[in-house]
Amino acid sequence: MSISVKHISKSYKSVNALQDISFEVKKGELYGLIGPDGAGKTTLFRILTTLLFADEGTATVAGFDVVADYKSIRNSVGYMPGKFSLYQDLTVEENLDFFATIFGTTVEENYDLIKDIYVQIEPFKNRRAGKLSGGMKQKLALSCALIHKPKVLFLDEPTTGVDPVSRKEFWEMLKRLQQKGITILVSTPYMDEAALCDRIALIQDGKILEIDTPEAIVKHYPKPIYNVRANNMYQLINSLNAYEHNHSVYPFGEFVHYTDNRTDFNPDHLKAYLESKNLSNIHIEKTIATIEDTFMELAK
Amino acid sequence: MNNNKVIQVEGLTKMFGDFTAVNAITFDVEKGEIFGFLGANGAGKTTAMKMLIGISNPTSGNANVAGFDVFTNAEDIKKNIGYMSQKFALYDDLTVRENITFFGGIYGLSRKRIKEKSDALIEELGLQNVANKLVGALPLGWKQKLSFSVSLIHDPKIVFLDEPTGGVDPITRRQFWELIYKAANQGTTVFVTTHYMDEAEYCDRVSIMVNGKIEALDTPKKLKEQFKAENMNDVFLKLARG
Amino acid sequence: MKRFIGFIKKEFYHIFRDRRSLFILFGMPIAQILLFGFAITNEINNVDIAILDHSKDATTKEIINKISASKYFSIKQIIEKEADIESVFQKGHVKAVLNFEKDFSKNLIKDNKATVQIITDATDPNTANTISNYVNAILQQYQKDVNKDITIVYQIIPETRMVYNPELKSVYMFVPGVMTIILMLVSAMMTSISITREKELGTMEILLVSPLKPFQVIIGKVFPYIFLSIINAVVIVMLSIFIFKMPVEGSLFLLALESILFIISALALGILISTISATQQTAMMISLMGLMLPVILLSGFIFPISSMPLPLQVISNIIPAKWFIIIIKGIMLKGVGIQFIWKETLILLGMTVLFIALSVKKYKIRLE
Repeated sequence: MSISVKHISKSYKSVNALQDISFEVKKGELYGLIGPDGAGKTTLFRILTTLLFADEGTATVAGFDVVADYKSIRNSVGYMPGKFSLYQDLTVEENLDFFATIFGTTVEENYDLIKDIYVQIEPFKNRRAGKLSGGMKQKLALSCALIHKPKVLFLDEPTTGVDPVSRKEFWEMLKRLQQKGITILVSTPYMDEAALCDRIALIQDGKILEIDTPEAIVKHYPKPIYNVRANNMYQLINSLNAYEHNHSVYPFGEFVHYTDNRTDFNPDHLKAYLESKNLSNIHIEKTIATIEDTFMELAK
Repeated sequence: MNNNKVIQVEGLTKMFGDFTAVNAITFDVEKGEIFGFLGANGAGKTTAMKMLIGISNPTSGNANVAGFDVFTNAEDIKKNIGYMSQKFALYDDLTVRENITFFGGIYGLSRKRIKEKSDALIEELGLQNVANKLVGALPLGWKQKLSFSVSLIHDPKIVFLDEPTGGVDPITRRQFWELIYKAANQGTTVFVTTHYMDEAEYCDRVSIMVNGKIEALDTPKKLKEQFKAENMNDVFLKLARG
Repeated sequence: MKRFIGFIKKEFYHIFRDRRSLFILFGMPIAQILLFGFAITNEINNVDIAILDHSKDATTKEIINKISASKYFSIKQIIEKEADIESVFQKGHVKAVLNFEKDFSKNLIKDNKATVQIITDATDPNTANTISNYVNAILQQYQKDVNKDITIVYQIIPETRMVYNPELKSVYMFVPGVMTIILMLVSAMMTSISITREKELGTMEILLVSPLKPFQVIIGKVFPYIFLSIINAVVIVMLSIFIFKMPVEGSLFLLALESILFIISALALGILISTISATQQTAMMISLMGLMLPVILLSGFIFPISSMPLPLQVISNIIPAKWFIIIIKGIMLKGVGIQFIWKETLILLGMTVLFIALSVKKYKIRLE
């Protein structure tokens, strides 16, 4: 196991940031911690990167205990904190050189590993890091976190605030790194990114809701789920919320995802009900649950 | 002027020296519409929005917002719009009630009106128990819902939302969108700038900016058909990658 | 070692790229010295005074001549009666009135004692004080001249401040103080800010999750400022020597060693501050309120410690700057060697060791 977390709890004053968290990440796995802001993702990352002590529980990273062997961990992991944490007044190249030096290596030595990523920002190597765009900053931060060939890579919300194009590129880079045998633990508040991980842990309010592969999580969704749409979204939501048989009503883009609490649900009945509420252009069709549906079902 | 168009923009351009941040954009937004204004970082969204809310002067072109011209009546625009961003929302060190009172005061509401509004708003959001608690102590999702409601306190014609729901948990986020639908249903126009594509799916129409120009403008459904994409994220990727 | 050098290189990049701080770093010492040297001076020149001479004899004439001949005073008015004193002050024409008693020279010969009253306008107490010191100096000089021919010597205790600063050059008094302030500021404030900046940026997190040892980070952050502080100290001493012609009586080597000791104690304070503050703003506030104010107010730089209320005198003992000012005043103005200042040096050394120990203990290898 590359990362093993056993019954970790942590609280700040009155807030329980983490409650009895346990999970394991296999070597070479791309593992996602999926949850909104305030779920405890950053606290967990800090415990695993030896920056914080847990109140209870134990954890190992690359075989080292996070408390007793913290020095060994600091030598063998790469960490990219949530906030952009490079020196804004140093150039791209100076930042990379600096991080290589403090890890006792050189850029040349590990150039292979970062090459794919670094070539994209190399044209700007004399630009100050503070002047880079969001996507480029993120690539530089990843290069810096990789420069010492870490065994385990911790990425705390690497794609927050980054546009879809850069996000997509970033995930492609992670896939390639994974093929080079690096274990990656990544956190994100975006449910749509969950599908790109090998396995995910859904986390909210310091508790893990479920752990599985993205496919299995979606498959385990307990009820048939329906896309409903009509001419007026607001009235549609209100009507569905008022419907006595509803189990869940969630707006989902141009549709509302609806589940019913009866086993013998007939969409035509719902349609008739909605028509009675003066809605028109009603469409009801079965759809497939997403990770977000699962998350909401579990968090309910 | 067509009364149903609360935002009319024609050939709006902003240059910074040689650099054209916003390049002759043209679009209309109707009353009660939820309009998504999308674009990558640096595509010019923020610059365009700053012109529309009257805090930045356009280099050329015309724009009329809430019935006022952005060149000559910027101050009137400010009185008739609401603004909420994820970065700045409410004062953490004031209580829920104090925040509402403060923002009501900024827009010149009478004390009686502020009182009525606060009570209604607190009840609607179910904040009765925390009305006298500091906003800083509330969960992020509550803050954002409160912040949105506060941006509507002076019954603006248009409310501008800058990346409103990033990072919020899925359930709260949906409650947030229900508030938006409600406001739109009551005739308030909602203008959302974001680069989170799943937020785009909720809008009536979306425009996508690439390099200072609006490259696509339609309902999410039609855009997905047009670009043969499964979701707005793919539409965006296809557009941005050319 | 390579890691360490890499770290220091990075620190210098930060320093040289932050133009504003760099300007403060080097502009401030020069500006301060020049300000204190030229503008905010305790020296007086051509101060208008009035004379009320009740005896009008040879001695008073001679004294008045001496006073008016000096470049410090010019006699604006001769008044005839006591009642006029108040009116000249109220009109604001003069800063001081010299009131010679009746039969001045007769009394001097008969009783070896004569009185001249120096009445000064104390709305500006500093100037008033200086004026009376100057008048006293001139009177004493005169008495010395008179006493030359006489066997009975009128002993008058000289003003101590003037012994080591016979030309009454106030810039000499300010140099040690300014140097102390600058070294304190550069060393303590700049280091505390530069360490908290890393915390604020989030880079401290990355540094902690790296094989760099805490002491390497600390020394790496502190080293450039030792270097800059030394440059500053040299600049200040050079300015005083070459622009203000200030003599440095004692050993430059000793001065350098003592300065480095003080710099290190200030750096340790800076580290200590950075361990208790989370943001640059807090670090700056603590440095300014907690270090700068005491240095200015309680170190004896501006206000003599001996004239402070007892509790403040006691408090002043825990301020390292107080001891450093005593030390460098001793070296620069009195020319004393280590045998006269070993006690102060030892106190400063003790404080330095304490600060270092505290900051090492306080420095966290984790985030909380």
